[in-house]
Amino acid sequence: MATANFASVKNGGMDTFGKITEICLKYGGEESYLIQILLEIQNEFNWLPKEAMLRLQDELHVPLPRLYEIATFYKVFSLIPRGRNLIKVCTGTACHVRKAPVLINRVIQLLRIKPGETTDDLRFSLETVGCLGCCALGPVLLINSEYHSNPTTSQLEKLFSECL
Amino acid sequence: MVRKIKAPKDLSKLKETLLAKRNVVKSRVVVCGGTGCLAYGSKKVFELFKEEIDRHNLFAEVELKNSGCHGFCENGVVVLLFPQEICYLRVRVEDVAEIVSSTLIKKEIITRLLFQDLNSGERIAKEAEIPFYKHQSQLVFGSNRFIDPKEINDYIAIGGYEALAKVLEEMTPQEVIEEVKKANVRGRGGGGFPAGIKWETTRQAPGEIKYAVVNCDEGDPGAYMDRSIMEGNPHRVLEGLIINAYAIGASEGFIYIRQEYPLATENTLHAISQAQEYGLLGKNILGSSFHFSVTVHRGAGAFVSGESSALMAAIEGRVGQPRPKYTRTAVSGIWGRPSNLNNVETLANIPLVINRGADWYSSIGTENSKGTKIFSLVGNVNNTGLVEVPMGTTIREIVYDIGGGIPGGKEFKAVQIGGPSGGCIPQQFLDMPIDFDEFSKVGAMMGSGGMIVMDEETCMVDVARYFLDFLAEESCGKCVPCREGIKQLLAILQRISRGEGNEGDLSVLEELADVISDASLCALGQTAANPVLTAIKYFREEYLAHILEKRCPTKVCQGLITYFIDPEKCRGCGACLKNCPSEAIDGDRRQIHVILQDKCIKCGICADVCPEKFHAVRKLSGEPVPAVPLNREICRGEN
Repeated sequence: MATANFASVKNGGMDTFGKITEICLKYGGEESYLIQILLEIQNEFNWLPKEAMLRLQDELHVPLPRLYEIATFYKVFSLIPRGRNLIKVCTGTACHVRKAPVLINRVIQLLRIKPGETTDDLRFSLETVGCLGCCALGPVLLINSEYHSNPTTSQLEKLFSECL
Repeated sequence: MVRKIKAPKDLSKLKETLLAKRNVVKSRVVVCGGTGCLAYGSKKVFELFKEEIDRHNLFAEVELKNSGCHGFCENGVVVLLFPQEICYLRVRVEDVAEIVSSTLIKKEIITRLLFQDLNSGERIAKEAEIPFYKHQSQLVFGSNRFIDPKEINDYIAIGGYEALAKVLEEMTPQEVIEEVKKANVRGRGGGGFPAGIKWETTRQAPGEIKYAVVNCDEGDPGAYMDRSIMEGNPHRVLEGLIINAYAIGASEGFIYIRQEYPLATENTLHAISQAQEYGLLGKNILGSSFHFSVTVHRGAGAFVSGESSALMAAIEGRVGQPRPKYTRTAVSGIWGRPSNLNNVETLANIPLVINRGADWYSSIGTENSKGTKIFSLVGNVNNTGLVEVPMGTTIREIVYDIGGGIPGGKEFKAVQIGGPSGGCIPQQFLDMPIDFDEFSKVGAMMGSGGMIVMDEETCMVDVARYFLDFLAEESCGKCVPCREGIKQLLAILQRISRGEGNEGDLSVLEELADVISDASLCALGQTAANPVLTAIKYFREEYLAHILEKRCPTKVCQGLITYFIDPEKCRGCGACLKNCPSEAIDGDRRQIHVILQDKCIKCGICADVCPEKFHAVRKLSGEPVPAVPLNREICRGEN
């Protein structure tokens, strides 16, 4: 199952592994850069496929449980495939007092997924984050790398329809 | 290829050359490119300015700059025009052509883009006269507007790296430490620990190899000053870091940046490579015998990683969990070596201390809190953004003079300071001065400087529940009091907000809070109960209303409210019916709509979509839902 997912996210076997070697080389194969390496691998595949973790284990000579310890401790890592478009709704205090919960409800309504979930067609993943650090714009929604300040339902519909 | 600066005198020569070049330019347009303004489209605004300036052949006399954050984020895109110091707010792409043709060419001011005073309606053209800026003293943050964060020359032109030159040329490491101690710079990241003492501990700790580390893991929800400094003026932090490294005797350093701050990472990496080219990082800095290099580490999303020992574990490539600190990280940090960790804002203060001296620096502020502090003034306040004020300024001055008060004529209720470790400060303390120790006295703390203003519609049970929710999620789980204790606090508060609270709940909360603060391993747990304790202390009545009367006075707690459509106001437009996610609304065209309470999930979307002119959806708490009228027809002509 995992293999199938992996192949569907990225084409080709050896080539994929090559990229991981490349990333490890960039960091000199240093174990202390493990988090940085995992971040880059996730950047490459959009999630952390098991095959990538196995390959990383061989590259860095780090036991697999340690890789998974890190991948499960830090929030940013995903062990399941994520959507092509990542929607993040800020739940920081400033956004919260400016009615972020209402914004989240609107998004849940439109995407029909809850925070932490991905649509079946892998088009969207929805997440909430502690604080995006643009509190003056609250409540804030991030679509991939674009920030949007308090979008209304109809604005959201339009923004989401532009996400392929 | 840039020539390396080989001696302090070459740095001043370079500065003179840069300034001479700058004086030739007649006027300057600064477009803010901070994250807030970027969200409002500042990239496009900048591009358009470039096109317009080219189109009018103005490039010889107008200099266009992209800068970091100026602080007035809610009014983005912010555009400044020098030398007149005109400040245009909320600039959009469609305004650019007009700004170029009217203001740059004809020297006419466009009134509609100026700041408007909410009370008097008066328009203010000059940036420094806008109340938001007038009452601030932006010693650390102010230079952002003169600097393109990607351009080291901009920083050098305003005197950047002069403090480093002075330190390397004239001061011994011990003298640097003495100066920082004398200035009494206290850590801006939360604890308020004196930086000089920390530096001294690291310097004196045994070991050849030491590390200088920057904490840019700004996780407090509602605080973003470190982000704006790092994005807008990375060289200033670098300069502070290099001085720190010289003082403690480190030749290697780390900057740990939160994963959520990609622009800060980008600008910092860029700044590091420029500083290397200029010989300000690397071997023999400014021709001295001092070597120093820096590596950037990105975080991966863990609030607890901002704690010193956890952050250092993360830099080592491990999970960011804190350890018991019988030995401080200043003595045994990264790989067991002495490591000095300072927050971004703290380090950004250092060049100021060195350039202008500890005597000058310590003349600002209160007895035990010196210098300025940057706050992110957010929440229910008119002028949101970053504000920098001298220590000793009162909360009232910040909320009312700078922040312009509460929007919509609502009442001030509390200000939450210090994030999840801080507390809610009620109205009676509005005249309290900004001071590390004063804040602790009322049960809050400076934290990293989030200042979230709450109006009368904010529920204090909900706010406490919100913070516990956050902390329960972020607790790393290593120690039991924090992991289990916060969970129990949260469970009780959830019960209270559902209307299932018992009379004894408040004392259980208080008792549990004591245990968690006494027995937790790190500051996350030790301070976790602050938001709850201050909320109970200052807003006990509100808690009792939830517990005894099963009523949420501000109608926020979902479990204690019901939505109700006012039959007098409903015009049967069907907006609520169409948008209700749980089919809980019954109605037809020209018929009064009714909420079916057993189906309602209380999401509030009906209230959200009910047209402003009808305003028919109301929230009720602690009172029965009025009966539905028998005749639900809406007569024609009543619209």
